Amino acid sequence: MKVTEADVLRVAELANLELTSEERVRLLKDLNSIVGYVDRLNQLDTTDVPPMAQVSDRYGVDQAKTSSERFAYASRDDVLHGLRPSLERQEALKNAPQSDGEFFKVPKVIEK
Amino acid sequence: MRPEKITLNYLDLNLLTIESARNAVQERQITATALAESFFRKIQSEDGNIHAYLELSKDRALAQAARMDALADKGELLPPLAGVPLAIKDVMVTRGVRTTAGSKILSNFVPAYDCTAVARLEQAGAVLLGKTNCDEFAMGSSNENSAFGTVCNPRDLSRVPGGSSGGSAAAVAAGNAVAALGSDTGGSIRQPAAFCGVVGLMPTYGRVSRYGLIAFASSLDHIGPITRTVKDAALLLRIIAGRDVMDSTSAEVPVSDYTQEIGRPVKGLRLGVPREYFGEGLDPEVGALVQTAIQSLAQKCGCEIVPVSLPHTEYAIPAYYLIATAEASSNLARYDGVRYGFRAAEAGTLAEMYRRTRDQGFGAEVKRRIMLGTYALSAGYYDAYYLKAQKVRTLLARDFDQAFQNVDAIVTPTSPTPAFKLGEKADDPLAMYLADIFTVVADLVGIPGISVPCGQSREGLPVGLQVLGKHFDEGTILRVAHAYEHARAAS
Repeated sequence: MKVTEADVLRVAELANLELTSEERVRLLKDLNSIVGYVDRLNQLDTTDVPPMAQVSDRYGVDQAKTSSERFAYASRDDVLHGLRPSLERQEALKNAPQSDGEFFKVPKVIEK
Repeated sequence: MRPEKITLNYLDLNLLTIESARNAVQERQITATALAESFFRKIQSEDGNIHAYLELSKDRALAQAARMDALADKGELLPPLAGVPLAIKDVMVTRGVRTTAGSKILSNFVPAYDCTAVARLEQAGAVLLGKTNCDEFAMGSSNENSAFGTVCNPRDLSRVPGGSSGGSAAAVAAGNAVAALGSDTGGSIRQPAAFCGVVGLMPTYGRVSRYGLIAFASSLDHIGPITRTVKDAALLLRIIAGRDVMDSTSAEVPVSDYTQEIGRPVKGLRLGVPREYFGEGLDPEVGALVQTAIQSLAQKCGCEIVPVSLPHTEYAIPAYYLIATAEASSNLARYDGVRYGFRAAEAGTLAEMYRRTRDQGFGAEVKRRIMLGTYALSAGYYDAYYLKAQKVRTLLARDFDQAFQNVDAIVTPTSPTPAFKLGEKADDPLAMYLADIFTVVADLVGIPGISVPCGQSREGLPVGLQVLGKHFDEGTILRVAHAYEHARAAS
C-alpha cells in the first residue's frame, strides 16, 4: 500500500501532532519506505493463525488453565479499606507545567 | 575499625566486579563512601568524551554508601550489593532524581516514586551513581536519538555505542560503573552490550517487574542487567527478578539462584544454530568470530551443536516495527503537557497546546514511530498491518517452540555488524531498523537472551555471541554464556 499526503495529515491529526511542512515531506517519504518494507508480511498465509497480543497469553505458567484463571494471582478481592494510598496532591502537582495548587491548569476549553 | 587512609592502587576501578566491589567493602579494604567518590571523580574526568551519564545522583549515592559503611562499622554481614556503584538507564523512574527517557518532553521531570527494579537494587545495598543516556523513549539502535546528545563508544569514540541502552553499556565498558540496568524492547540491552564489549542479559518477559519503566511497547519491554561478567548478570538478575504486585504481567514463577546455576556443567547441552542467522547481511568477520565461539562451546565445553531452522526469521523486523510502534503510539499519548513534563509556551486553545507540546517535545524518530503506529492501528489498516503482525508473531513463536523441542538453547550473532560510525545510518530509518535483525525476535516471542563478548574485529571492535533460551530458563543461557566466557579466557 502507498501512503499518501492525505494519510500523513489524517494520521498526524489522530496522533495529536502538529507537523511542519518539512516534517510532512520527510514523513511521507519515510513512511512509504517503511510500509513498503513491512508489506512483505503479505507473503505469508495467516488465515488460521491466531494473533499473539501478549507473551503471557501463550506462555502462562499453567497451560491447563484458561487465560483468566491462569492469571488469578494477579487480581485481588474488592476491598473498602486498606488500599495503598494514592499520591499526595502536592506531590502529584509538583511536575505540573501550570497549576493553581489544587488543580492542573490548561488553556480555556469552553468559551462563555 | 575504619581504614584511615584509603588507597585505590590495589583496586582497579576498570576491573571491579560486583563481587569484588562488595567484598572490598565488606572486608573494609575500602569504604563504600570512598568507592562512590572515586567513581564520581572518574566519571568527572572521563565521561566528557563518552557522555554516558545524563544525571549524577550524588546525594542519594553518598547517603546509601554511608548506610552501608555504618553497617560495616558494626561488623554486620552486608547485603549482596553493599556499596556496589551501579548506573541506571534513564527510562527507569527514580524518586527525586530527574528522569528524562532521553526526551525533551520529560526534560524537567522529577519522579515521585522508584521503579521496582531500582528499589530492589538499593534494598540489596547498591549505590546508584546516576542515570544513563539513551535513545529517546528507548527508540533507536545507536543512541543518536537522545535529545541530550549522542553517546560515543568507549572502544572507539568515532563509533556508536549501540542503542537504546547505549549509555549504560558505555558506562560499564569505560569502567564508570561496575554494572548497570538497561531496557530491551527490540535488542536495546544485548546490541549495545555487544558493541561495547560487555555482557547484556534480557530476561524472559514477566521475569522482572516493569513497574516504573517508562513504557515504549508494553508487550515487548524488559529490564535487565549490563555487566562486565556473566556472573554479575546472574547476581543482578536474582535480585531484580520476581513477582511484583505493581506489575500484573510480572510472573509468579520462582526465582532461581542463578549464581549457583552458572556453576553447573554444560557438557551434553544441545545448542541450536539457526541457519537463517548466518546468511546475507552478516558481516563476514562477525560470522567467523561467532562460528569460532560455537566451535569452542563444542570442543572445550562439550556442548552438542545441532543445526536448526527458524523459517520466519526474515519477517521478524517488519512484524516488530508494526507491533512496537502501534503500542508506542498508544503509550506516548499520555505526553500532553498537562500533568508533567514540557509544555509549549504559545498556545491559545487546549487542542493547540497538545499538538504544539508534542511537536516541540518529541524528536524526529519518536514522531516517525508514533505516525507509523497510529497508521497501523487506524481504520482501514488495522487488519492489514497490526493484526497481520500479531499473527506473524504467533508464527515466530511457533518457530521457537519447534526448535526448543530439540535443543536446550540457541546460539547466534547478537548483531550483524560491529559498532558502526556515528552518523552512518542516522538518515536512513530502515537501515537502522535492520541493525536489530537478530535481536527483535526474542522480544516478540518473550524468551530470554544474553550477549557475551566473543572477540574483536581486526579494527579492534567487540563482537557479541547471543544465547537464546526457553521461557524462564535464564539458568541455562547464563550457564552457556558463563562456560563460554571461561573457555575463552583460558585460551
